Amino acid sequence: MGALTPLAALLVRDMQLAVRLGGGAFIGVLFFLMVVTLVPFALGPDLALLARIGSAILWLGALLASLLGLDRLLASDYEDGSLDLILMASTPLELAVAAKALAHWLTTSLPLVVAAPLLGVLLNLDGRASGAVALTLLAGTPALTYIGLIGAALTVALRRGGLLLAVLVLPLNIPVLIFGVAASNAAIVGPLPFGTPFGILCALSLMSVVIGPFAAAIALRQGLD
Amino acid sequence: MTLIQLANPSRVLALSERALPWLIAATVLAFVVGGVQAWLAPDDYQQGATVKIMFIHVPAAWLGIFCWLLMSIAALGTLVWRHPLADVAAKAAAPIGAAFTLICLLTGALWGRPMWGAYWVWDARLTSVLVLFLMYLAVIALWRTIEDPTRAARAVAVFTLVGAINIPIIKFSVDWWNTLHQGASVLRLGGSTIHPSILIPLIAMLVAFTLLFLTLHLAAMHNEILRRRLRTMLMMQAAAAR
Repeated sequence: MGALTPLAALLVRDMQLAVRLGGGAFIGVLFFLMVVTLVPFALGPDLALLARIGSAILWLGALLASLLGLDRLLASDYEDGSLDLILMASTPLELAVAAKALAHWLTTSLPLVVAAPLLGVLLNLDGRASGAVALTLLAGTPALTYIGLIGAALTVALRRGGLLLAVLVLPLNIPVLIFGVAASNAAIVGPLPFGTPFGILCALSLMSVVIGPFAAAIALRQGLD
Repeated sequence: MTLIQLANPSRVLALSERALPWLIAATVLAFVVGGVQAWLAPDDYQQGATVKIMFIHVPAAWLGIFCWLLMSIAALGTLVWRHPLADVAAKAAAPIGAAFTLICLLTGALWGRPMWGAYWVWDARLTSVLVLFLMYLAVIALWRTIEDPTRAARAVAVFTLVGAINIPIIKFSVDWWNTLHQGASVLRLGGSTIHPSILIPLIAMLVAFTLLFLTLHLAAMHNEILRRRLRTMLMMQAAAAR
C-alpha cells in the first residue's frame, strides 16, 4: 500500500470491507430483488399495470436498498475507532468522507444499477424502459448516497439510529425520486423530453456530491468531540 | 439588549417573564382586530365566503416558512457564532413551526375540497410544504433521540441548514412548475394583485399570527431553559448521591 495516496488507500480499504462484510455487496441487490418481488404480490399479476408503474417500483426499491445500506457507511468505523483516526489524520475530513461515500456507491449502488434491467423483466418492462431506468439510476444514485452520507454522519454515534437515519434522509431524497421517475417515464411515454428531468437529476447528484461531504464533515466534527 | 447579553440564560428568563404578559395582550388584541376585519371583509365573487379560509391558511404558511428560516439563523448561531442560547431558540421553535405547517396543510385541504374538488393533489407547492412538514418532524425526532442537548443542537443545526434549501423551492414552486395552487399574489415583482379590502385583513391576520408565534416561542424558550436547569440539578443530585 505504500505507493497509494492516503485517499486512494481509504477508498480501496472501504471497497474491500464492503465486499467482505455483512453479506458482501450483493445483499443490497438481494433486498432490491425482494422488494421488486413483493410488489406484484401486493398488486396482483396485472402485467399492463406493472409495466406502467415498473419504473417507479424499481426506483423505490433502489432507494430503499440504498437507504438500508447507509448504516454500513460510517457506523462500523465509529465502532472500532477508525473514524477517530480518520478525523485526526492530515487528509481533509471532507475528502475522506467523500472517498468513503464513493466506495459505498461503487460497491452498493452500482450493483443495483446493473440489476435494474434484469429486475425489469419481472415487471414486464421492455428493453427501452429498463435501459431508461438503469440510466436514471446511474445518474441519481450518487445523490442518494451523498445525501445519505449526511444522515449517516448525523446519526453515527447513536446505537439504534437506523430509523432516525431514514427519517432524516427521506425528505431530502424526495426530489431525486421525483426527477428519477419523471426521467424514466419521459424516455418511454413522453410528452416531456427526457433531457429536462434527466438534467435536473444530474444537477442534484452533482450538488449533493459537493454539499454532502461538507455537511457530513461538520456533523462528524461536532458530534464526535 | 445586545445579542451577547442575551447569552445569559438568567437574563433571558427575566426578560421573558417581563415581556410575556405584554406579548400575550398584544396577541389577543391583534387577533381581535384581525378577526373583526376578516369577518367584515367582502366575499369573493367566485369563491363566496370560502375565501376566508385564506385568512388562516396564508399566515400559517408564512409562519411555517418563517420558523424554518429562524431555525436556520439559530443553526448558524450554534455552528458559527457559538451563541449559547441559539440552540434553545431552535429547539423551542421546531414544534411551533411544525404546528403552523400542519395548520397550513389542513386548512388548505379543507379549502381545496370545495374549490378544486380534491382534499389533496400532488402539485409542487403542496408537495414541497409536505416535505417541509416531514423535515420538521425529523428535526423533532433528532432532538429527542440524542440525549445530550448540546450535541443534539449541533446535529440539528447541520440538518436545518441542509433542509433550508427547501424554502426557495416552496416559494418559487408555483413559478417553476405548472401547479394547481395559486401563484404568488402578495410578495411578487410589480406589487400585490389582491384587492385592498382583502389584503388589509390578510396583513392584519399575519401580524396577529406572528405575534402568536413570538409569544409561543418566547414561552417555549423560557420552559426549555428551566428544563435544562432541572436536568442539570437532577444530574448533580445523582452524582452527589454516590
